[in-house]
Amino acid sequence: MTIAIAIVRMRDLLAVSMLLGIYGLLSASFFVAMDAVDVAFTEASVGAGISTLLMLVAITMTGRTEHPGRHKPGLALFVVLITGGLLIYGTLDMPYFGSADAPIHLHVAPHYINDSMQEIGVPNIVTSVLASYRAFDTFGEVVVIFTAGMGVLALLLVVRRPEDINKIDSLNDSMHKEYLILRIVVKMLIPFILLYAFYVQFHGDFGPGGGFQAGVIFAAAIILYAMLFGMSTARRVINQSVIQFFAAIGVLLYGSIGVVSLLNGKSFLDYSALSADPVAGQHLGILLIELGVGFTVASVMVIIFFNFEGRRDISQNKEINKS
Amino acid sequence: MLMGLYNYWAVVVLMMIGFYIVIAHGNLIKKIVGLSIFQTSVFIFYISMAKVDGGTAPILADGIEQYSNPLPHVLILTAIVVGIATTAVGLALAVRIKEAYGSIEEEEIQKKDNLDC
Repeated sequence: MTIAIAIVRMRDLLAVSMLLGIYGLLSASFFVAMDAVDVAFTEASVGAGISTLLMLVAITMTGRTEHPGRHKPGLALFVVLITGGLLIYGTLDMPYFGSADAPIHLHVAPHYINDSMQEIGVPNIVTSVLASYRAFDTFGEVVVIFTAGMGVLALLLVVRRPEDINKIDSLNDSMHKEYLILRIVVKMLIPFILLYAFYVQFHGDFGPGGGFQAGVIFAAAIILYAMLFGMSTARRVINQSVIQFFAAIGVLLYGSIGVVSLLNGKSFLDYSALSADPVAGQHLGILLIELGVGFTVASVMVIIFFNFEGRRDISQNKEINKS
Repeated sequence: MLMGLYNYWAVVVLMMIGFYIVIAHGNLIKKIVGLSIFQTSVFIFYISMAKVDGGTAPILADGIEQYSNPLPHVLILTAIVVGIATTAVGLALAVRIKEAYGSIEEEEIQKKDNLDC
């Protein structure tokens, strides 16, 4: 909470985004304390990793300091205090923290906790709820992520001409000679990060993990590579159109599993249609769906980063040409 | 007696900090940061509701009776990833605004718009 207050005070946006990273890490550890290991996993990789990175890239393009400007803090503070007071008044009727008989624990949650082992056969309840009971919601969320990726693409896409690539290449090579140790260490680390992402992907049934986390970790490995070896090298390794293809494949995989179960006479995304044994069908369905989620999340994150970086290269080149 | 509600108050305070940043600051990037603080406060709200005293993480194992509620975890898990995707769209918009107006301060953008009409 103190960090949040510090964020309000700071005008230097670089420091703000660093504090935001620390804030993300702290809330991740808070989530562990609240038993939400899956959520903590996601928050640690997203809040402390990717979002700080995106903020930094955006700041390099938009300028670092915030203008003092003519704020009207009095009025804003007044509105905020009124709203906060009303919200606190509202909490007086809320159930106490940690009480087991709160309304939230009485409806569907006992069913998930007691029966998911027989129905789905997956120890991690979060995974079975995410990918089976509420698969429809998750499908919607994957589509939202895909759409956001397309939005960034539409806003920031730059078509680069071949002669540009050679120029940027020489620029990058000269820049990165200095970070030799960093580059060698990262080169050794990247296979392990990728391996870990696959472990998280396929072990999500039994421990914390799943497609969302694995996708973010996978993307982090690629982004790390792109940061240290230059964008043009990374582009040569991973073609952007291939990534876009994979983002679409992920959504398609998810949706087509739903259609398969529909064609087999069950409802949309009812995996018991996939196999003669319902529990085996559930296993297969969850595996495939998590794979679809992982594909989409990883590729959308990489798309977002690549496009931000591509934009930045262009604007930097313009400045170099001007001076 | 009221001590049992402190988690909600922490959430309200965080939420109001985010809200304050959004309405009182003119810098678009700062506004996005404020929105993400607001967002995190909602995450914390959900997760703290899911906590049961004496419960453990919702991964089934032998010999454990009490689990925390898995449902809010699922909702927030996906919300975090969707949140970063939408934040990225917001940042992309800010970058384009910077290119078009040369500034991401709300007042300067307003001034330029007024000159144009």
